[in-house]
Amino acid sequence: MLRKAAISALRRNASNTSISGQARGLMTYVPSPGDARRQTVTLIPGDGIGPEVTGAVTRIVEALGAPIQWERFDDFGGLDSNGKPVTTVPKEVLDSIRRNQVCLKGTLFTPLSKTTATESLNVQMRKNLDSHINLVHGFSLKGLPPGVIRHQDIDIVVIRENTEGEYSGLEHEVVPDVIESLKVITSVKSRRTAEYAFGYAYLNNRKRVTAVHKANIMKMSDGLFLKEFREVAKQYPMIESSEIIVDNTCMQLVGKPEQFDVLVTPNLYGNLVANVVAGLCGGAGVVPGANVGDNVAIFEQGARHVGKDIAGKGIANPLATLLSTSMMFRHLNLPDFSDRLENATLAVVQSGDTSLLTPDLKGTGTTATFTNAVIKQLEKKSKGRYD
Amino acid sequence: MRRSLLGAASVLKSNAIAPESLVSRGFAHTPGQPFTATLFPGDGIGPEIAESVKKVFSAVGASVQWDEQRVGTTADPRTNSFVSRENLDSVLKHRIGLKGPMATPIGKGHRSLNLTLRKELQLFANVRPCFSIPGYKTRYDNVNLVTIRENTEGEYSGLEHEVVPGVVESLKIITRVASTRVAEYAFKYAADNNRHKVTAVHKANIMKMADGLFIKCCREVKEKYPDIQYEEVIVDNACMQLVKNPAQFDVLVMPNLYGDIISDLCAGLVGGLGLTPSANVGHMGLALMEAVHGTAPDIAGQDKANPTALLMSSVMMLRHMGENDMASRIQNATLDTIAEGKYRTGDLGGKSTCSDFTKAIIDKL
Repeated sequence: MLRKAAISALRRNASNTSISGQARGLMTYVPSPGDARRQTVTLIPGDGIGPEVTGAVTRIVEALGAPIQWERFDDFGGLDSNGKPVTTVPKEVLDSIRRNQVCLKGTLFTPLSKTTATESLNVQMRKNLDSHINLVHGFSLKGLPPGVIRHQDIDIVVIRENTEGEYSGLEHEVVPDVIESLKVITSVKSRRTAEYAFGYAYLNNRKRVTAVHKANIMKMSDGLFLKEFREVAKQYPMIESSEIIVDNTCMQLVGKPEQFDVLVTPNLYGNLVANVVAGLCGGAGVVPGANVGDNVAIFEQGARHVGKDIAGKGIANPLATLLSTSMMFRHLNLPDFSDRLENATLAVVQSGDTSLLTPDLKGTGTTATFTNAVIKQLEKKSKGRYD
Repeated sequence: MRRSLLGAASVLKSNAIAPESLVSRGFAHTPGQPFTATLFPGDGIGPEIAESVKKVFSAVGASVQWDEQRVGTTADPRTNSFVSRENLDSVLKHRIGLKGPMATPIGKGHRSLNLTLRKELQLFANVRPCFSIPGYKTRYDNVNLVTIRENTEGEYSGLEHEVVPGVVESLKIITRVASTRVAEYAFKYAADNNRHKVTAVHKANIMKMADGLFIKCCREVKEKYPDIQYEEVIVDNACMQLVKNPAQFDVLVMPNLYGDIISDLCAGLVGGLGLTPSANVGHMGLALMEAVHGTAPDIAGQDKANPTALLMSSVMMLRHMGENDMASRIQNATLDTIAEGKYRTGDLGGKSTCSDFTKAIIDKL
C-alpha cells in the first residue's frame, strides 16, 4: 500500500512530459559494473538538414554529460566532394556501425539520377546491416502552438519491414518502354517482422497490433504477409490483433487516428503510413524513429526527409532527432539520461514560448534558439526522485 | 491557389464540381435528348442508393433509360470474374454507366470485380474530385483537389507467383503507353477545368526505372502545356503534405497503387468515401462513374445509407454528357441539403433515413 501511495505521489508530481504515459517506477535502476563506461556510437550527420540537427544533438548530449563518444563520419553524404553522386556506402561506415552496434543518423540524400542504377544509400545501409525493422513513434504532443496539429490523443507506433517488398531494387526493361519492377515478400521476413511487432507490443504494454495490407488485390504477396502475421498473433493471445487494408488505413488515420495502436506493415505501405502519421503529429521535425536489426540499432528522424529547401538556413527542427536520441539512451540502458533528455526537450516544446520553436512548429525561433533552450533546461536543478 | 475562408463556402459551392466536365471526346450526346445508361446497383446498400439516384433523375426531368445490370454469383469463364460478358457489353454499347458498391472477396482465385471492369473496359484513369463540403465541417476545410490515378497497370497487374515455397514475387509493370495516356488526360483535364497545377506523385528515388519512366512521361506531356504549373513530389512526402496542408495541391497524377492510397486519403480529409464521387474514364469518351464506398452490409436494407457519393458520381456523369444544367441543379440541391443540416444520414452524424434525405433533395429541385 505504501508503494502504491508513493507511485501515485510520484505520478502526480511528475509533470506530464512522458509521451505515452509510461510509468516511471520508483525502484532504482541497477547497472552492472562497468555500465558507466563511455559507449561509442557511430554518428552520420549526412546531407541537407542532417548536419544541423545532429549538431544540435551533440551539443545537448554534451551538456547532458551522457557517457557517449561519437565516432563521426562527417564526409559521408549523397554527393561526394566533387558533387558526384555517391553510389556505395563506404566500408568504414558499415564496419563502424557493426562494431558499435548503435548509430545516430541525420538524413542521407538520394540523388534522383536516371543514370545510376544503384540503390539509394539508405536502402544499401539497411540491407547490408539487415536493420529490417523501421519503427516510427507518432504521438500528439500537448501544448503545441495552435494549428500545428489537428488531432489529439494520437499514440501510434508503426513497425515497418524495411528490407524487402517493393524496395528490392529489382527492376528491368522487358522491351523498350515496358518496365517490370519486382516486389518480393518472403515468409521468413514477414514472420520476423510480425514477431518483432508483437514482442514490441508485449514489452511496451500495448493493447493491439494491426496489420496493414492490400491482400484483396495482391493476394499472394500480401496474403503471405498476413499468413505469418496471423500465426504469430496466436502466440500472443493477450494482445488483440486486427487487419486493415492500406487505403482504408490512410483514410481512417486522417479521420480518427486515435483508434490505432501498433501498426505492422510491409515496406512500401509502411513508408506511406508512417509519413501520414508523422504529418498528423506535426511533421518530419517532430516524430522520432529507429531502425533495428540483430545487433544493430540506428536512430534517426521518423520521416526521413532531407529538407533540402531549408538546409543551411538554421531553421531545421532538431526535436525528432532529440527524441530519437532519447530512445537511443533507453536502448543503451541509460534510462535516466533518456528521461532527462526527453523531459528537458518536451519542456521547451510545451513551454508556450514560440520564440524558442522552429518555424515548422509555427515558432519564430531557430535550431540554435531551440538547442540553447534545451541546454538551459538541462542546467536547471532537476527534480530528484524523492523530492 | 488559396481562397480566403470567408469566400470559400460560396466559391466552393459554385466551383465545387462545376468546372469538372470530363473529357468527352467522342461522346456523342445532345443535351436534352433521351439517353440510355448502364446501371450496376451493386450489393449491400447499392440497390437503395441506386433507387435514390433514379428518383432524383426523374425529379429533375432527365429522360434516361437505365439498363440495369447485375453481376453474377459465379465466375463467368469468358471473363474469369463474376462480371459477365453481358455486363461488359452493356457498358460498351451505351458508353456511359453508373455503378454502386460491389463486394471484393479477399484472397480468392478469380479476378476482383472492379479490376475486371477496369481492365476489360480499358478504363485507364480514375478521377476523384475531393473538396470540402460547405456546411459539413471536417478538420480540413480548404481542400479542393482532384486525384487522377492510372488505373490499368502498376502494382495491380495481378501478376504474382511463388518462386519457391515462402518466397513470393509480385510484378509491378509501368509502360510508356499507359503513363503517357494518364499524364495527357491529367493535363487536358487541368486545362479544360481551369486548374493551374499538376503534381506527379512517385517514388523514383527508389524505383528508379519504373517510377522513373512514369515521371519521364509526365515531363514530356508537360511540354505541350506551358501554362500549367508542374511539380513532382515523392509519395511519402506527398502523404505528409496532404495531411499537414492539403490546400497546396490542385491536380495530382499518380500510378496505380499510390493513386489508390492517396485518393482514399484525400477522401478521408473531406469526410470519407460516403461523400466522394469517382469516375473511371476510357477511350472515346467511355466513362463509368462509381460510388467508391463499401457495401456496408451492416446497414443494408435499413434505409440508413447515404446516397451522396452515388449522386455526386451521377452529377459527374451528366456533366460528362454535357448536361451541365441538370448536373448543377442536382449538385446544388444535394450540397444545400447537407449544408442545411436538417436531413443528414447517420454517417454524417444525423438521424435521417435515406429516403428522407432523397426527398429533401427532390423538394429542392
